[in-house]
Amino acid sequence: MSDAVMGRPDESGRFGEFGGRFVPEALVPACLEVEEAFVAAWGDPAFRDEFQRTLQEFGGRPTPVTPLDRLSARLGLRVYAKREDLAHTGSHKLNNVVGQALLTRRMGKRRIIAETGAGQHGVATATAAARFGLACTVFMGEVDTVRQALNVFRMELLGATVVPVRTGSRTLKDAVNEALREWVTCVEDTHYCLGSVMGPHPFPWMVREFQSVIGTEASAQMRDLGVPAPDFVVACVGGGSNAAGIFAGFADGPSRLIGVEARGGSAIVYGAPGILHGMRSLLLQDDHGQITEAESISAGLDYPGIGPEHAYLASTGRAQYYPVGDEEVIDALRLLSEVEGIIPALETAHAIAWLVREAGREVPRGSSVLVNLSGRGDKDVAQVRDILRGEGD
Amino acid sequence: MTELERRLRALRDQRRAFVPYLMGGMSPRWLDHLEALVAAGADALEVGLPFSDPMMDGPVIQEAALRALAAGTTIETVATGIAERHLPVPVVVMTYYNVVHHLGLERAASLLSEAGALGTILPDVPLEEIGPWKDASAGPGLATVLLIAPSTPPARVARVAGASEGFVYAAARMAVTGHAEGTGDAQRVVRAIRAVTDTPTYVGIGISTPAHAAATAEWCDGVIVGSALVERVLESDDPAALEHAARPFRAALD
Ligand SMILES: Cc1ncc(COP(=O)(O)O)c(C=O)c1O
Repeated sequence: MSDAVMGRPDESGRFGEFGGRFVPEALVPACLEVEEAFVAAWGDPAFRDEFQRTLQEFGGRPTPVTPLDRLSARLGLRVYAKREDLAHTGSHKLNNVVGQALLTRRMGKRRIIAETGAGQHGVATATAAARFGLACTVFMGEVDTVRQALNVFRMELLGATVVPVRTGSRTLKDAVNEALREWVTCVEDTHYCLGSVMGPHPFPWMVREFQSVIGTEASAQMRDLGVPAPDFVVACVGGGSNAAGIFAGFADGPSRLIGVEARGGSAIVYGAPGILHGMRSLLLQDDHGQITEAESISAGLDYPGIGPEHAYLASTGRAQYYPVGDEEVIDALRLLSEVEGIIPALETAHAIAWLVREAGREVPRGSSVLVNLSGRGDKDVAQVRDILRGEGD
Repeated sequence: MTELERRLRALRDQRRAFVPYLMGGMSPRWLDHLEALVAAGADALEVGLPFSDPMMDGPVIQEAALRALAAGTTIETVATGIAERHLPVPVVVMTYYNVVHHLGLERAASLLSEAGALGTILPDVPLEEIGPWKDASAGPGLATVLLIAPSTPPARVARVAGASEGFVYAAARMAVTGHAEGTGDAQRVVRAIRAVTDTPTYVGIGISTPAHAAATAEWCDGVIVGSALVERVLESDDPAALEHAARPFRAALD
């Protein structure tokens, strides 16, 4: 591994003892091909330039950093939000997908497949596929196709095929299984556009590199705001891509890095080392090594594992991870909506919920805090309405 | 040379091997089913240990895994089961890495070996990551079987086949387990393996009918039949029905 805190993984794709490449032999050549293509592309100024230009012209970057004055007054903190909710398709997911779509083209493949939980990565993938003229199939747990029905329709409008996955818990982890099974049958002309910093090497590293645009921008923006090293950098964690992206801009400085997991999907707190979806990481599992089902109101955090680099950052103590419960999340979503005029995604609301809970405790009064506002809540409003109505009954 | 390889090399001089797969614990009578397969002429048995997230398996074996897990199947129950029956043919256990990783590699390898298994297949662990499991298996003498896929480039075929113990598992197609038509890429894959090793080479993945088995056996030393037989057990718990379904595969290979 290189010297930077969030550097390159070792030859075997490991961050410390986590990561690696645990895939069927049939997929090994494809993973090697992606690794080789990514290394070449990432070192190619023309590729970098097209990536940046696409994110600007098409993706709406850079996204701003917004001082959250009224929330700050409430909490006795100085809170800033990196506004990934303002990126095209409404979340940070597009950053990774633009990178992988360009890579797909560079590898001469004509189709991308993806898994999705909340639908945000699926929508982003369908969007990039349309933009770059690639065929697109998205695997989505059946439970999530119901929770996020509008996102299914969005993907279809964008020309993608959505395949409901009816195996296992019918959520994100099963969608990943099904996407991997599909990839075995079509590696020749198809790239698997994994949606977070997880899976076999080089995906955890590659996705973090594509998402590091968040941290790179935010670091310069915070400098301009006179807070070059906020006391805390906070992000929600499903697989961990938005967190890895923003951490990358601050990991070599003094800021405390905080990842917030859904309590029912908190692999760092409740998980044990294991192997799933191509990686060695921390996983929720039972006494016999069977993966257990995560449970969260937010489809995007409903995942029993976590990206291997986060497992590593947790093991070294460079980042800390905390769980929050569903009720705190709904309260936080309402609070941010009411005092700042920003309706966050349910996933994002986990980060806010931790901050609200810990203001004056883990986060001393007066601290400067940068929160990654990973996505907007449009996709969740129907679900939140139902939850709030249920409470009113 | 591992005990498994010694046995399979001896077998090669007699006939093409018929290696049915069954998921341990998928039915209350799974051990009777294994015996039915032996009665039908199985030369070795591949026994699955269920995992919650079987990424190399299609719908039939996924369903078998779900049933086995719902019935409380664990590595211990499967080990106890096969130990009790003293099966007369070699048993190779197939599972996913997390199952043995969670128990501890050394403990898992000795548990399986003490139960009488002679080898293992971990389809989610490629050559680059197999070292720790191979090391753990070496003491108790368990063979670690590796797969070659149609996508494996020639230089890699040599390395993987060279490292495979017991036999080399040639995947007939770019697919997960399940039903398929024809013999896929089997001939090409076997030819590539044969060019670099004389370890027995068995073909599996999508061998669905006795006719596929017969055609495939022209090129290799044995065939592995999974979903086509597992499906029979999903339909009926009667070991005689399974034996009846398995016999034509045996006949096709002789
Ligand atoms: C808005 C938003 N934030 C966060 C996540 C969680 O993913 P990750 O941890 O990779 O950022 C998702 C996933 O769907 C999402 O839609």
